[in-house]
Amino acid sequence: MKTKQQTLKSERRSKAVISIVLAIICVIYVLPVVTVAVNSFKLNTYVKTETFALPNKETSAGWSNFIKGMTFGNYPFMKAALYSLVITLLSTGLIILFTSMAAWYIARVNSRLCRTIYYLCVFSMVVPFQMVMYTLSKTADQLKLNTPWTIPIVYLGFGAGLAIFMFVGFVKSIPLEIEEAASIDGCGPVKTFFQVVFPMLRPTMISVGILEIMWVWNDYLLPYLVLDINSYRTIPIQIQYLKGSYGTVDLGATMALILLSIIPVIVFYLLCQKYIIKGVAAGAVKG
Amino acid sequence: MSRNRNTSAQPQDGADVKGVNGFRKKLTPMQRWGWLFLGPVVAAFIIGFVWPFIQGIYLSFCKFTLIRDAKFNGISNFIDAFKDATFLHAFWYTALFAVVSLVLINVLAFAVAYFLTQGIKGSNLFRTVFFMPNLIGGIVLGYIWSMIFDGVLSHLNTNIFMETKYGFWGLIILMLWQQIGYMMIIYIAGLQAVPDDMLEASKIDGASKWQTLWKVTIPNVMPSITICMFLSLTNGFKLFDQNLALNGGGQPFIQQADGSVVKTTEMLALNIYNTFYGSSSAAKGVAQAKAVIFFILVAGLGLAQLAYTRKKEVQQ
Repeated sequence: MKTKQQTLKSERRSKAVISIVLAIICVIYVLPVVTVAVNSFKLNTYVKTETFALPNKETSAGWSNFIKGMTFGNYPFMKAALYSLVITLLSTGLIILFTSMAAWYIARVNSRLCRTIYYLCVFSMVVPFQMVMYTLSKTADQLKLNTPWTIPIVYLGFGAGLAIFMFVGFVKSIPLEIEEAASIDGCGPVKTFFQVVFPMLRPTMISVGILEIMWVWNDYLLPYLVLDINSYRTIPIQIQYLKGSYGTVDLGATMALILLSIIPVIVFYLLCQKYIIKGVAAGAVKG
Repeated sequence: MSRNRNTSAQPQDGADVKGVNGFRKKLTPMQRWGWLFLGPVVAAFIIGFVWPFIQGIYLSFCKFTLIRDAKFNGISNFIDAFKDATFLHAFWYTALFAVVSLVLINVLAFAVAYFLTQGIKGSNLFRTVFFMPNLIGGIVLGYIWSMIFDGVLSHLNTNIFMETKYGFWGLIILMLWQQIGYMMIIYIAGLQAVPDDMLEASKIDGASKWQTLWKVTIPNVMPSITICMFLSLTNGFKLFDQNLALNGGGQPFIQQADGSVVKTTEMLALNIYNTFYGSSSAAKGVAQAKAVIFFILVAGLGLAQLAYTRKKEVQQ
């Protein structure tokens, strides 16, 4: 029989071993991003042959990949980044405002219409994009929803399901008495919602916001099919356009663009890590 | 406005309105504002989902190159879809991919989550790093790994387009990198909810770590395991961006006896996309029929998950 001290000692040792193993996996996990960073400073021809070596005198391209990447394919990268930002912020804002309104109404009014909308929303969550891809892009085209300023309406429509589902779940957990008190004080439904309910929805708003930001920012196929590609591109579209087009691809410059596109994402992640992990967990468990 | 004063939540109807599931009955003043609360979402929902969905179902029974010239032709699109060798190959390839990735992702994610909840130093840092790839989009992920696989395989004088197995395992590695962190988060939440006194009790009863894991911990995190398994299965079936970016080059392929070409690393979603926007404009009806079959498959998985988790919730 082991003494208590021995068990403690062996436990501490096994914990140290786990820590070391996890630390090694961690390093392996970061390597792909590091490799991108390293290769963004290499000349095109060496990216394929010297992928895992640091740039040296012969292979280094300095900052030229970044300068080249900025105007790659005759489309300024900054323009694509700006459109990505506009679409993401507008879509997320629209989704949070309008789905929270609808969700409150659905949770509080027990009518056939509300139940139909609610179940349609739940249903839309299991429909893959390919099902509506062709018809949706045609409809969006006809209704002139093919610009960065109008495409958020398409995102509101196609993304409403999960947001409504999460908001309805949360509203049902808010005690009715608070709204009753507001209405006794003379608030109509609009005032009750915006002054009393809306502020209380904050935790779910953050979760929904995070999920929508991650979806819209990284989405490729929907904007690719809906937007007019010659004038409007988002970051994923621009990267796919350059890398996916046949012929000569400048790998060094592509890596520079990839690095530029993941830096803001990583900064955003490090700043809002707590909310992101919570939001993702909430969305997964419910959806 | 006197009618407005009779608002929804007055105490006297507050007593009898708490209906089933917390839904309320008879809220007329509120319903007068229904257009404002529901209007924007309903309008967008019809444009962005309902109408394209209905049109999609209709078009799957039509022959068309543009929506305007659609002509009804019964179920022949579906027959053509099931006869299409590329579609059948994509189905089996996708199914295999989904199952392999499901097993690997869940085993590894559970293991990582388990070790991270043992109170070791640096847990937070590890968690942060493992989750990070989730924020990178599918297209970018695909090109990051495409560069890495090119770098590795170029030393063997080959590349990812030379053999199906390279494409398959390449995509598996990519998905592991992306998804382990995500599933890990769900498993950590599940593991932290396991009651401490249960673990304590099994320790006092002399159970080994291994026995505790199998007999106490795993049964307690079954709900998380179910969710993660369904999630990784549907993710596998719906995979598109990563497949396009990593394997979208059109190779490797097999030439069929009838001259048609089967791209062996093409998954279902990409197959549907290529049928829609590929060279043959007459195939749009077949593509829409494939999309409907794909929808039934994915929705079936999703509804099975919903039904299963709901059943579990009732039991608890």
